[in-house]
Amino acid sequence: MVSKKFPGKFNCLGDICEFVTGEAKAAGLDEKEIYAVQLAVDEACTNIIEHAYGGEGKGDIELICKVVNDGMEIVLKDDGEPFDPDLITKPKIGLPLEEVEPRGAGIFLIRKLMDEVIYEFSSGIGTVLKMKKKKRG
Amino acid sequence: MAITTTEYKRCHLVKMDGRIDSASGDELNKVFKSLNEKGNYKIVFDMSGVEFMSSKGYWVLIETQKACKRYNRGELVLANAQEKIITSLDLVGMSHYFKVFNDVVSAVGHF
Repeated sequence: MVSKKFPGKFNCLGDICEFVTGEAKAAGLDEKEIYAVQLAVDEACTNIIEHAYGGEGKGDIELICKVVNDGMEIVLKDDGEPFDPDLITKPKIGLPLEEVEPRGAGIFLIRKLMDEVIYEFSSGIGTVLKMKKKKRG
Repeated sequence: MAITTTEYKRCHLVKMDGRIDSASGDELNKVFKSLNEKGNYKIVFDMSGVEFMSSKGYWVLIETQKACKRYNRGELVLANAQEKIITSLDLVGMSHYFKVFNDVVSAVGHF
């Protein structure tokens, strides 16, 4: 298990991606699975910065990666406002171009890309997001 | 991250390298908006150097496509996009808003 804290800033997303990629490779995920992890973690961190902290530079994001027998587990922790993903409107698919609005794609992608997604917000401060990506075959 | 713009007779080619995420998406948006503000609505986006694109990038492309297609004045088309990027665009039902070409020559030739 490895963990690292990153400042909640958009220019740290590349470093976060690099960190999680190294662990995904160690877990034996293939190229498609690694991209799924990269994208899910990027979307989750962006949500933390935008929604939990309400902007850049207002807190850290702790990333914990664990290699398990059938893949990889990832935990993201923040100290921002508790973030309930169920309150986010799901993107509507199949709309005419003019009616497409930038809402909810991040959460939608995370749920599509990862095999397990659990949000925990019990203490009133911060959110813990637990995700798992399984190896194929 | 590097973004370049090349003017062709019938369209403009925009090329970006690296990641398109919440850190870099606004820069790309500025380049597209600048082209639109100068009356250029036929655009090829060469994605051969794009290794990653988050939903921030999807919205930049969608907003640019809306501006380009308004009044049938043009279109944004994609070239050389990696399969993993198109697949993730597909997941959120957005890939069908764009014509995707395997090479820049075909994309430029579309206009």
